Amino acid sequence: MLRLPRRLPRLSPPSSRLISSTAPKRSDALFIHRDTPYNNPEIAFKFDAQNLKRAQEIISHYPPQYKKAATIPLLDLGQRQNKGWTSISVMNYVAELLEMPPMRVYEVATFYTMFNREPIGTNFVQVCTTTPCMLRGSTDILNTTCAHLGGLKPGETTKDGKFTVIEVECQGACSNAPMMAVNDDFYEDLTPETTKKILDAFAKGEKPKPGPQSGRKTSENSAGLTALTTKPYGPGEFCQPEFQ
Amino acid sequence: MLRIVASASRPSSVSLLSVAHRRNLSSTSARQADITLTVDGKEVTVPQGSALIQACEAAGSPIPRFCYHDRLAIAGNCRMCLVEVARSPKPVASCAAPAMPGAVVFTNTPLVHEAREGVMEFLLSNHPLDCPICDQGGECDLQDQSIRYGSDRTRFHEIAGKRAVSNKDLGPIVKTSMNRCIQCTRCVRFANEVAGVEDLGTTGRGNDLQIGMYVEKMMDSELSGNVIDLCPVGALTSKPYAMQARPWELKTTESVDVLDALGSNIRVDSRGVQVMRVQPRTNDNVNEEWISDKTRYAYDGLRFQRLTTPLIKGPDNRFVTASWPDALAAIAAGLNQTGAKGNEIKAIAGHLADTETLVVLKDLINRLGSDNLASDLEGKYGNAPPVHGIDVRSNYSFNSTIAGVESADAILLVGTNPRHEAAVLNSRIRKSWLHTDLVVGMVGTRADTTYGFEHLGEDAKALEKFLSGKVKGEFAERWAQAKRPLIMVGSSMAEHADGEAVFGMLARYVAATGERIVREDWNGFNVLQRVASRPALYETGFVPSRAATSTTPKFIFLLNADEVDPASIPADAFVVYQGHHGDRGAALADVCLPGCAYTEKSSTWVNTEGRSQLGRAAVPPPGAAREDWKIVRALSEVLGVDLPYEDLVGVRDRMWAISPSLVRWDGLEGTSLEVAKAGLGSLMSNFYQTDVVSRASVTMAQCTRAFVTREKTSLEGLGKEPLQAHA
Ligand code: SF4
Ligand code: FES
Ligand code: FES
Repeated sequence: MLRLPRRLPRLSPPSSRLISSTAPKRSDALFIHRDTPYNNPEIAFKFDAQNLKRAQEIISHYPPQYKKAATIPLLDLGQRQNKGWTSISVMNYVAELLEMPPMRVYEVATFYTMFNREPIGTNFVQVCTTTPCMLRGSTDILNTTCAHLGGLKPGETTKDGKFTVIEVECQGACSNAPMMAVNDDFYEDLTPETTKKILDAFAKGEKPKPGPQSGRKTSENSAGLTALTTKPYGPGEFCQPEFQ
Repeated sequence: MLRIVASASRPSSVSLLSVAHRRNLSSTSARQADITLTVDGKEVTVPQGSALIQACEAAGSPIPRFCYHDRLAIAGNCRMCLVEVARSPKPVASCAAPAMPGAVVFTNTPLVHEAREGVMEFLLSNHPLDCPICDQGGECDLQDQSIRYGSDRTRFHEIAGKRAVSNKDLGPIVKTSMNRCIQCTRCVRFANEVAGVEDLGTTGRGNDLQIGMYVEKMMDSELSGNVIDLCPVGALTSKPYAMQARPWELKTTESVDVLDALGSNIRVDSRGVQVMRVQPRTNDNVNEEWISDKTRYAYDGLRFQRLTTPLIKGPDNRFVTASWPDALAAIAAGLNQTGAKGNEIKAIAGHLADTETLVVLKDLINRLGSDNLASDLEGKYGNAPPVHGIDVRSNYSFNSTIAGVESADAILLVGTNPRHEAAVLNSRIRKSWLHTDLVVGMVGTRADTTYGFEHLGEDAKALEKFLSGKVKGEFAERWAQAKRPLIMVGSSMAEHADGEAVFGMLARYVAATGERIVREDWNGFNVLQRVASRPALYETGFVPSRAATSTTPKFIFLLNADEVDPASIPADAFVVYQGHHGDRGAALADVCLPGCAYTEKSSTWVNTEGRSQLGRAAVPPPGAAREDWKIVRALSEVLGVDLPYEDLVGVRDRMWAISPSLVRWDGLEGTSLEVAKAGLGSLMSNFYQTDVVSRASVTMAQCTRAFVTREKTSLEGLGKEPLQAHA
């Protein structure tokens, strides 16, 4: 399951297997670029002054002949400046900046799924559906999210351009499963209700408090602490007198 | 997905870091001590640093492979080459593992078989079953290896379908069928390392990984056809050859290429009277394993515009067909009628004239009392002896040898663009530039070579300035210290208005530097010829005497001369054209004699190094065409000056008498050390069309449109209609 918006329709497996043909299995994202009015090399892209300074800072971390090591951070910087997606112009610009063949940048940008190569909505909702989250009910969360945003399918963007929803793999917050990430923040311990609340807040342009939504602190036991419940002893306690 | 081969053993890694920003693809490590290991119970000794796969080969145990290729960097991504190594818990990919001293390797155990079968099963799970309509059928590595390691039924019942990948448009030469790709990345490595097109790569990941350029682009390289040979499956096949023949129907003839002066070794595959395709033959001294696209694809030009019968121009200026005796008689009558005597009889040899015919024609013209033996050089030197002279062979040869280019540590290009004039040689320079800290400087029209160079200027003045040491810069500095400096002068220089000055300057420079450029173990002065016939022309002394140069000819014999300036041919002269294509030369002629193209005759060709090689006839000549030297020999009889040889052996004896090296095929005589005398633009503006064969070729015309004039046309239809042959 790749983490990219604009999913192509999935083919259902053929009911009977014919000898004469094999159903094509398409990938769920295009790994070739086709010029479109909103994404073509003619559209200019350049880092703004602030990002250019950051880019130079990043490049300076690497020896000059291995400048290309900065590809990923620079693409990320470009994606942030370009409304959350990496257009062909962003890739070309990074290639030019790092003096490398553009193809080497395309390879990186298509390999890593967190580079969105198609435009996304203002709020990028990434619902984790990997095993731990799934066991904790992520299917509900995904369905709620999609339904609440007006019947989207994963990979689609709402008409008003405010939300894009996709399914993603483990985000490393399994202890607080189920979870979703909206833009750069994690919302954890979700229930369908809290999910709706979060989405409503984002719709209004607010930013709800990130972290567990169940009220617990980080990933502490929700039933209260079971270990380390006594007061931790201070320095010197139980030590030889000369150390007290 | 390229693996950077460890460069720890490289001696000069410090200076490398300071020079090369982009040269970190891979390196060939210096040869070190030998190590011994056991493969399948046999002891083998291989140089340290060899891959395990090489050790296995050396022990005579063949290893199946897809991604490994001994001229490309190691990728290790197909896993077909798995072998068992004692005390290793898992099978080991033998191409990516170094051979270790004392290792005990098994290549033929049940474990190995099962591992390879597993790999094959995965490869086939996504591979289309379209062998019957695949052009690679019969020479497909996947097909061959699946005979041994493939399973006859699939275990993948749960998958929804096979991976589908869109085809890419790589240009008029390479046809793609990307569903068949097994992602070995050989093509990507070739494009990046050898051809220098850094546009080909892999996009996506995992099961969806695909080969392509990501954006819509064509593969703009003179060497792109080689990816067809490299591709182990039918993903990249030849567009012009698509659906034309099966490999088992073809007759293979080993020959040499004549469309540039490198003399690349080729294999001509023919069916009946038609050349179906041309493929490279390995020769490490010349073309390694590559050939240029012109070499590979101009063959369809051999089917069009051919001269098939003798032609005589009638009174209304139209050609009428004639029989051989009539045509020869017409020539004799023409010679008589013009009353040409001595140097007024002139022969002009063109690009594709073979050595045998040159010798015979020279003998004929000499017997008619003339020294007027010109070639179709361009510019004011067309009729004059070449500025570099021909008395000393090293004055016009590639003295460092083609393989020797790789040991140069500084190269000065003068008025040449090797990418167009000798595409395969250019890839050697690129190889050396990638793997060593070679520096390249260029005087002449700036061109897009596939390696970095310092542009020192456009004209002879710039060269003078550089040679006199007045130029500062990295290249000048490195040149001054170079142990093996190499000067490469384009053959266009001999035809340039400043040619004499340039050769003079270089000769003085070479002499002044004493042992630096020319010495016992290194001859760094090179002339890069771009025309196949020139080295033989000079070797056999096919040049005019000074006296002949100024004579106005009355009788002109054009031997394959299609690049002659029509203005240089007096209107009242009687002109005979002998050649295989009805091109510019034939248009000027009064009588046309149909000869053989290079695939139709067995003849000697001398390459730019002075290496003579034997081309062989793959197909019979069309119509009434005859072997060229025989035509000239027959003409000599009609003209009443019988030449003293009856057969090819006789002609070759004569060649031996002129220069023994001409008939020591495949060998290379060292050149003597003397250099007696030695915008500079390259004269080659369109790589794809330089001679009659490539001008008549449909594929080369498509390439010109795609890469030279860059017209936007759909190339889809190409290769679909069967090409009409002349015969
Ligand atoms: S196209 Fe051919 S050479 Fe290139 S990666 Fe695919 S199988 Fe290998
Ligand atoms: S499985 Fe959802 S965050 Fe790890
Ligand atoms: S040949 Fe060794 S992994 Fe491909």
